[in-house]
Amino acid sequence: MKYAFFPGCVSRGGCPELYPSSIQVCERLGLELEVMEGASCTGAGVLQEKNQKLGDTLNARTFAMAEAMGLPIMTICSTCQGTMSQAHKRLNDDLEYRAEINQILAEEGLEYKGEVVVKHLLWILVEDLGLEKLGEYITSPLSGLRMAPFYGCYIIRPTGALGFDEHPERQESLERVIEVLGAEVVEFEGKTRCCGFPILTINEKASVSMVANHTIEARDLGADAMVTPCPLCHLNLDGFQPKAASQRNEVIDLPILHLPQVLGLAMGMDPKAMGLNKHVISTKKLLSRFALTA
Amino acid sequence: MEVNLKVKRFDPESDNRESHYQEYNLEVEDYYTVLDSLIKVREEVDGSLALRCSCRASICGSCSMRVNGHAKLACKTKITDVANESNEIIVEPMGNMRVVKDLVTDMKPFWDKVRSVQPWLQPSGPAPEAEYIASNESMLHLNGVMSCIMCGACVSDCTTLEVDHNYVGPAALAKAYRFVADPRDDEDESRLKMYSSYGGIWDCTRCMECVQVCPKGVAPMDRIMVLRDNAMEAGFSNTNGARHTEAFNESIKHSGHLDELTLPIKTFGMGGIFMFGKMLDIPALIRNIPSLMGLLPVGLRAFRRGKVPPIFHKKIEGADKIKNIFEKLESKK
Repeated sequence: MKYAFFPGCVSRGGCPELYPSSIQVCERLGLELEVMEGASCTGAGVLQEKNQKLGDTLNARTFAMAEAMGLPIMTICSTCQGTMSQAHKRLNDDLEYRAEINQILAEEGLEYKGEVVVKHLLWILVEDLGLEKLGEYITSPLSGLRMAPFYGCYIIRPTGALGFDEHPERQESLERVIEVLGAEVVEFEGKTRCCGFPILTINEKASVSMVANHTIEARDLGADAMVTPCPLCHLNLDGFQPKAASQRNEVIDLPILHLPQVLGLAMGMDPKAMGLNKHVISTKKLLSRFALTA
Repeated sequence: MEVNLKVKRFDPESDNRESHYQEYNLEVEDYYTVLDSLIKVREEVDGSLALRCSCRASICGSCSMRVNGHAKLACKTKITDVANESNEIIVEPMGNMRVVKDLVTDMKPFWDKVRSVQPWLQPSGPAPEAEYIASNESMLHLNGVMSCIMCGACVSDCTTLEVDHNYVGPAALAKAYRFVADPRDDEDESRLKMYSSYGGIWDCTRCMECVQVCPKGVAPMDRIMVLRDNAMEAGFSNTNGARHTEAFNESIKHSGHLDELTLPIKTFGMGGIFMFGKMLDIPALIRNIPSLMGLLPVGLRAFRRGKVPPIFHKKIEGADKIKNIFEKLESKK
């Protein structure tokens, strides 16, 4: 299985631990990656506020590049995935619109033919690799660990653009993966809500309050950690958790892990190589349960 | 089929003032909606169950409630679409609203917020003798947003309203858009100024809950995004939200990807430090100094752990191609 790897901005920016952990975990799982170095940011819905066509053109360009490589795209960010899925739907539903955009891409010698497949690593685990096969790689099951799934809005809504009709299993993919890793799923209301990151610099109090609500709810239900396929959620839930704790005047202390990091742990990979020492909320206590350090 | 309805109940006048779930097992036809089933409960099992409904045809917007955790019109939701393997369905009142009794919520704050966006036509000039005329073509694009039936589903599931009651919310802002986009209305500028203020368009998280739950396809969030663009175009860019969007777009235009280190600083009005020839936004800066200082401990904590974006932001391969696309499309929409 080979993919055109779209790492997104944050995996090499604000969450520099995500890129190397993804690369190593995919290598272990036999998922061959070719990095799309020349692909631009998806626009993350922000660019689309001002100019949707411009956003769709940038994403069509990325799609065309992957088609030229003859590979499906792999993302590692809920926001990248959702933004691309929405662009993908618009470009595939409206052929006239696609033709207009292709005219712009033609200057670079590119054309988007409407064939590319765009999948988050989370979906690849379930649909391409298969949970049974994933299970074969698990050498250090995370037994006894209670883990709260946190999806990130863009990989869960709007369902019409995310292929949930053809792939209903996507709705609960994160829970299924957690189970295969040997951990226990903590069901909580916050799992499909917003982390608050998009309004962090606009309405910080509300944003941090969302962090507090979700982390406290999960912790109160007995979660030892939270896992997310979205680095933007990670930035808020991890980075702003101390602020959330002081907003509520209590200790929260809930480690927030990236999806590849938990995969790596369950496959016995080095916690330090997974970047588990790079979080604001320390993973020390969590790792010590498995006699590990980062 | 037999269905098991778990209904969240609350009666401020009863002895048990705590909200609690009550189960009703009842025999229903496969074609029943959630509303049909609740009415059957009320008429045949438990007359004390309170709910609000009227048209039963998804026109009046009265029967919004949460079904399995998400807001839906009970009359538009078929039992067979929402029952799980054990034929169980969880029914709760709408979120983000005070519960009056059982499934009935207090809609007054909802209406107050809708009223606050001035949801009426404000044309200028002398009034015509008869009605204000608009061509069919100029009104067609409003079809979608005018389908709103004010049911409150979007408000129920809005993630910002969960933490900030000051936010005017998706229903009111979709209505606001409806008047900004109406060719007969001449108050766009004052409207956009009002909607740009605290509690307005910039407080939306873009979580898409409202798009997902709206039973009429109004897509409130998409309308809020157009209002943001309109507001920036009209010059109301002196907000953190507008500066954030501008700085984000500039970063992609010039390097192909996001410069996360400078984005928050530019958002708080210190863009001049990074962009030669562009002035510091002094009032914004003064207003934002506490927020900026507040970010410092977060930044330092992350820095200590090595969780920082690269100091020098490099362009992606072929960034000039991205810039070309921007230059071609920036002025066209």
